[in-house]
Amino acid sequence: MNLVLCLLSTRQFLSAEKIRATVAGYADVPTDEAFFRMFERDKTELRELGVPLETGRNSGFDTTDGYRIARHDYELGEIDLEPDEAAAVALAARLWETPGLAGAAHGAVRKLRAAGVEVDETGSGPVQPRVRAVEPAFGPLLAAVQAGQVVTFAHRRGGPTGEIAQRTVEPWGVVSARGRWYLVGHDRDRADVRSFRLSRIAGAVATVGPPGAVTVPSGVDLLAVVDRGVALPPVIGTARLWVAAGRANGLRRLGRVVRPLHVAGAGEGTELEVDLRSLDTVARWVAGYGSDVVVLHPPELAEAVRRSWAAVAAAHADTAPREPQESLR
Amino acid sequence: MSANGLAERLPRLLSLVPYLLARPGVPLGEVAADFGVGERQLRRDLELLWMCGLPGYGPGDLVDLSFTGDTVTVTEDAGMRRPLRLTTAEGTALLVALRTLGDLPGMVDTDAVRRATAKIERAVGDAGAGGVAVEVSRQEQATTAAVREALEAGHALRIRYYTASRDDVTSRTVDPMRLLLVEGRGYLEAWCRRAGAVRLFRLDRVDDVAVLDEPAAAPPDAAPADLSGGVFQARPEHASAVLLLEPWARWVAEYYPVEQIVELPPEPPAGPDGGRTRHDHASSGDGRARVLVRYADPAWLVRLVLGLGGGARILEPVELAAEVARRASRALAQADAVQAAEGAERG
Repeated sequence: MNLVLCLLSTRQFLSAEKIRATVAGYADVPTDEAFFRMFERDKTELRELGVPLETGRNSGFDTTDGYRIARHDYELGEIDLEPDEAAAVALAARLWETPGLAGAAHGAVRKLRAAGVEVDETGSGPVQPRVRAVEPAFGPLLAAVQAGQVVTFAHRRGGPTGEIAQRTVEPWGVVSARGRWYLVGHDRDRADVRSFRLSRIAGAVATVGPPGAVTVPSGVDLLAVVDRGVALPPVIGTARLWVAAGRANGLRRLGRVVRPLHVAGAGEGTELEVDLRSLDTVARWVAGYGSDVVVLHPPELAEAVRRSWAAVAAAHADTAPREPQESLR
Repeated sequence: MSANGLAERLPRLLSLVPYLLARPGVPLGEVAADFGVGERQLRRDLELLWMCGLPGYGPGDLVDLSFTGDTVTVTEDAGMRRPLRLTTAEGTALLVALRTLGDLPGMVDTDAVRRATAKIERAVGDAGAGGVAVEVSRQEQATTAAVREALEAGHALRIRYYTASRDDVTSRTVDPMRLLLVEGRGYLEAWCRRAGAVRLFRLDRVDDVAVLDEPAAAPPDAAPADLSGGVFQARPEHASAVLLLEPWARWVAEYYPVEQIVELPPEPPAGPDGGRTRHDHASSGDGRARVLVRYADPAWLVRLVLGLGGGARILEPVELAAEVARRASRALAQADAVQAAEGAERG
């Protein structure tokens, strides 16, 4: 504390010897070695807190570096918030349910309060936006992003095979999209920009190389990188369905009711149109409703749904076995 | 300076003087609450501050405080007039949170959020936000705005709601309690008069909403749910089933709350079957898993499994497996009948 006060008050760079002689707390340190050890530790701690400690010499006659803190770099700028703006800041500070980010947000609010802004963090109104990250990889990855340090981890691929591969990534950011967290960065193995779902990271995240080694390209849109990986495919056609009267409400919400329709072999019901983006996805929705649905068009969808039912019937043909290792066929 | 608890204490000490300068005569209890420490710790901090100051350490160089009753005022600040600027981590945490709120029209006053964001960006300088981004669903803006209006006015709501577990759309009168954003989705927590219990309604499943004239009247003992474990609350009345997931249906375990995931050894070579991509992958690693899934309504699980084309097999309970087999056979038979009728018509 005294060191900060002293270095803030000086325009001149103060040498370590001068600091030792004048700043309370250092004077009673018995040996040079103990003093330098203590001084180094204090400097590190101040820098970790974000205190901008400058090193330099006042003139060519100085034989050693001195220290000072530029008041302009140290002090938080002037800020004055209207009550509704302060309420927004309080709500923002409560957004995070993730220790690293929550702690940092509270630290920010404490400084704003010290700047004279009244931010009431204790009230919890009826509107409660929350963002949390339960994935163990979140903390280490956020730290690596902020330190600019390369990371390596085992990542399970999505899709059919789900194989695990070791990835080495220059991390650019962590992104929450549709309630899931992703790491966005430059994948060194594949020499491309990729996003990785955090829940698919298996085991620990390790850092590689020194901090400050990662350069994030300016203007990169982290959300756009994730969206590229998870966006909805375009509409490729329209499916026409028959749904039984009063049934398949989920499908009705996804589609458009066209008219009442009688289908020979199925009965009275409603004709429905559904946007077709992915045949597999729509086949999955439709097949789930069983005999409450008939696919009228297109034939590929009708065939996919029929295959799905046949596979379900085959998988459950023998409903007795308890041990999954036993083959059913 | 002692190293003991320094990482916690020094930032507090650095903030205390400007904080007190901005609030002459502030009660000690209020200071302690604002800094999240006990009053005893605060008194120790203030005693330490009293001994801090500029070299020379004479009168006028030291931080000086005056106490009146239970209040405190700074009379000498030793040049510590402003708090330390935000660190990159602090700037990121606050600004990303504000930008996330700015993407929630209907839920919050986004105009105030935008003004606050601009002011904080100006004040924090180069500690701007980077490295974290949050995308939230903004599709239900009209629903969200109506819910917020009802909450602020203290009125009940009439909603048409799709219940996925029962595949049913119902009309209900609810007494709103909280508007939540959890895992990127908006929710209304309300006392549901129909269910006679607190319920969580996903805003993207609210098909219609009207703010009623009558006041909201949730019973006084209606307690908000603890969502720290996620949105899905396993209740004692929930049943559970054991599923065997093929590798290409593993997404089910990520999408729905499942427990007790057991990785299974590779399947022995099997004969031809109706599966789709079952044998497209190498047998090494395999990736099949056995999971336990909880459900409120068996119809939901039947629908899920029926849509997965053999990707999920119900191991337990056997009655449910039998039901799935029956439903699949009936659907196949109906598809055949429809096809036959079409053929007869054409022929």
